[in-house]
Amino acid sequence: MRERQAAQQARRAREFQAFVAGAAGRLLHAATLLTGEPPDANPRARALLTRSLAATYASWDRLRGEDPYERARTHLAVHYARGAWRHRGRGGLLARLSPVERLVLVLRLYEGVAEEQTAALLGLPLERVRTVSARAVAAVLHPPRGPAPAAPPALGEATSS
Amino acid sequence: MSQQERREAAVRLLLDAGAPASVPPGLHAEAVRRGTRALRRRALARRLLWLLLCAAAVAFCVWAVTAQPWAEPPSETTPPLTRW
Repeated sequence: MRERQAAQQARRAREFQAFVAGAAGRLLHAATLLTGEPPDANPRARALLTRSLAATYASWDRLRGEDPYERARTHLAVHYARGAWRHRGRGGLLARLSPVERLVLVLRLYEGVAEEQTAALLGLPLERVRTVSARAVAAVLHPPRGPAPAAPPALGEATSS
Repeated sequence: MSQQERREAAVRLLLDAGAPASVPPGLHAEAVRRGTRALRRRALARRLLWLLLCAAAVAFCVWAVTAQPWAEPPSETTPPLTRW
């Protein structure tokens, strides 16, 4: 019993280490985009990533054939959404966007998650995801002038896709 | 390629550029430490709940044996039989 437990623990540690070595860079990039920090000064993104990786490690044994990267990404999104009111942009690429816009943009475009899955993960209707995505794309491509953060233009484009 | 797709491709390029230089070195160890702690806490909570359940079952059995709620209580309405 005890031996089997030890063996399982060792296997988990090995697999998790390999997973972190392979995926941490990409996940950290996603976390940095989410927190809206610049790439070289991202303490919040690191804390967020540590928390999501810890949650992934804790649920590692219940991961029956599921992709661990997907699981880690879900944890990342969930932990970010829980603390989203604390994440004001700090000079990163998406600093002007609202938390929901950042989530949708990162999941849809950076991670390449399908619209339907994004909607399911965030608990939003599909049309809302499309609208928010179009608005975020417009805000990133045409940043509004001046210090006032993001009065997002071009809501009407959402229906064209 | 529609206008929307072109714009999305442009944003994708923007997002892919500028990755953070390096992953912090202690990341794996810290994640494992926190994950282990969460697992231990979860196991402890589960054990406590089982313990509570067992204690409740034992307490119920003891009460049932002593009080015997299925036994019919002696009748109190019939008048006592005197002067046969």
